[in-house]
Amino acid sequence: MTDAAPLRVALVGNPNCGKTTLFNQLTGSRQKVANYAGVTVERKTGQLVTPAGRQVVVVDLPGAYSLTATSPDEAVTRDVCRGGYKGEPAPDLLVCVVAATNLRLHLRFLLELRQLGRPMLVVLNMMDALHQQGLRVDVPRLQAELGMPVVTTIGTRRGGAADLLAALDRPLPAPAIQTAPAPDAQEDLHAQVRHLLALCVTRERPGAKKLESIIDHWVLHPVWGMIILFVLLFVMFQAVFSWAQPFMDMLEAGMTQLGELVGAALPEGLLRGLVVDGVIAGAGTVIVFLPQILILFLWILALEESGYLPRAAFMLDRLMAVAGLSGRSFIPLLSSFACAVPGIMSTRTIQNPRDRLVTILIAPLMTCSARLPVYALLIGAFVPARRLMGVFNLQGLVLFGLYALAILSALIVARVLKRGDSEEHPLLLELPDYRVPSLRSLGLELWQRARIFLSRVGTIIVSLSIILWALSSFPAPPPGATGPAIDWSLAGRIGHLMLPIFQPIGFNWQICVALIPGLAAREVAVSALGTVYSITGAETDTAQSLVPLLSSQWSLATALSLLAWYVYAPQCFSTLAVIRRETGTWRVVLITAAYLFGLAYAAAWLTYHITRFVTG
Amino acid sequence: MLLNSLPLSGCGVIDHVNERTPHDPVARRLGELGFVPGEAVRVVAFGPLGHDPMAVEIGFTRFALRRSEAERIVLRGSKENPQASSEGLSYEVAGQE
Repeated sequence: MTDAAPLRVALVGNPNCGKTTLFNQLTGSRQKVANYAGVTVERKTGQLVTPAGRQVVVVDLPGAYSLTATSPDEAVTRDVCRGGYKGEPAPDLLVCVVAATNLRLHLRFLLELRQLGRPMLVVLNMMDALHQQGLRVDVPRLQAELGMPVVTTIGTRRGGAADLLAALDRPLPAPAIQTAPAPDAQEDLHAQVRHLLALCVTRERPGAKKLESIIDHWVLHPVWGMIILFVLLFVMFQAVFSWAQPFMDMLEAGMTQLGELVGAALPEGLLRGLVVDGVIAGAGTVIVFLPQILILFLWILALEESGYLPRAAFMLDRLMAVAGLSGRSFIPLLSSFACAVPGIMSTRTIQNPRDRLVTILIAPLMTCSARLPVYALLIGAFVPARRLMGVFNLQGLVLFGLYALAILSALIVARVLKRGDSEEHPLLLELPDYRVPSLRSLGLELWQRARIFLSRVGTIIVSLSIILWALSSFPAPPPGATGPAIDWSLAGRIGHLMLPIFQPIGFNWQICVALIPGLAAREVAVSALGTVYSITGAETDTAQSLVPLLSSQWSLATALSLLAWYVYAPQCFSTLAVIRRETGTWRVVLITAAYLFGLAYAAAWLTYHITRFVTG
Repeated sequence: MLLNSLPLSGCGVIDHVNERTPHDPVARRLGELGFVPGEAVRVVAFGPLGHDPMAVEIGFTRFALRRSEAERIVLRGSKENPQASSEGLSYEVAGQE
């Protein structure tokens, strides 16, 4: 059976029903991630072809507990299911995913969806885990009672979605019977769920003690839980430095060779300068940090998939309450360590508008992965790679300190912003079952991150590097001029113009030049320094020599001041743009930029002067 | 007896959920998450500071609730009974309620 128009299917279900893993299983890498019109709720679509050759377009809707939405996320799901979403036709088929292990909760939402009266297909997912619990579901009976087709899947197993694929080949099921919601709809649905469970679920043998009970005993323990959380985060930051090193060395060597190879092939002159100093030096300095960024993302994704993150939110809820926030803010803030843009977007799961606004305001303080190149460069140049007490890597320790400083500042800023607020902050967070992260899912997500990063390198970073190279090379110094050529160029002049503002915090004019392209993407500051210095110095024409160069040219006070600056500085257009989109107002953007700039300047000033005082 | 007065591993059966204000969104969401009359609940863990929040098991699901949220949930006049924890939460028993 082949239709001219592809079948449009929406995956809908509770959070933690394994929907996204199933979606990845169904569509593989044929996915497109975009936003729903008008809101920044992520819209994931993918394509597949059924065994019989039918074209299907699948939308992965945000997880929801109910059609009575309490967050923008749930509102999108509600509107798409009702067929009322702007410019988006109602899906031909609602595929409602329920976790077989959590039928009581998930069937309630399913029954609520059934009231919409749309063609529906029920997917009982996680059938393997159900078996471990010693329970059995009478699928034909459930199908008869629900009045709609039911198929079973194991989203985490290869080929585990075969039944679902086969079901998509069959003709569309008739629309579910639309029932008017009873006056006491809430309890009525629960009564129906109990009825269904009594009819269709039987216990075959006593279930093994739930894994969750055992793990949660330790993970949610007041003392051990905190230790586990701290160790996990600490190891994460140590790993970013030590695991990535061999890969970074490889990439660095590769880029150097490429530069030499191209340099040798091209004739001496403008073109060689452009390619070697502009493109390769520019892209090379940033590309080297790909392993670190991927390792950071790998940790955050794995923590997220394993089900640990909500537990961390549980442990930190009271601490966040001290800052006037709830544990719910923890997840967006942790994502902001990878990048503030998805972090700010994920604040949409926070129901309280004021909590959400404050979380958005402090998200840029979380040290995003784009800051890593800058930190890594400066730490590499100024902090000796020593071991402390035999185990701790001193460089990793300094990095950890920078992260801690940012977190502490964020908590203080939140406290100040939330003073005088006595409203209730709902937590109401599900602690999902633990899951071994699916390698395939992790791989897919990491691959997407790598692609985004590389395309940034390929577009923004390379073009900025070229512009900067041009600014630093023209106009050429007049014949017979003394001093480095860059002093005569436009970039040199801009840098010197900015100097009066930044000299009090210890920046030289080269840093001032590098700050400008850093506005478009923080990590470009590193390649910009590479470009500026590679043009200044005659013998240093590639990026990897930046470390010894900086440690010989900058004072410790300047380096630490720049680090402090980077902890706070609002230098990222994408973040400011996403704040504008999420809050719908420029006022918040201005407030964010102004307070971050103020903090950055103050922190850098203090750091510079204190370091100078201490080091003499 | 209120849910937030249960000790660690303490169990109870929900009698009803109080609305703090008319159309209390928190009470409504609690209902949607399965906190409805007749369901058995068990306290799994307390947060590290001031026993807040609390982790509560209902059916096969665990939720983190602040004490102020748990305060809305009124339990039937039951005593804590750690033995009933695993049995009282299975589908069969709840199904007969």
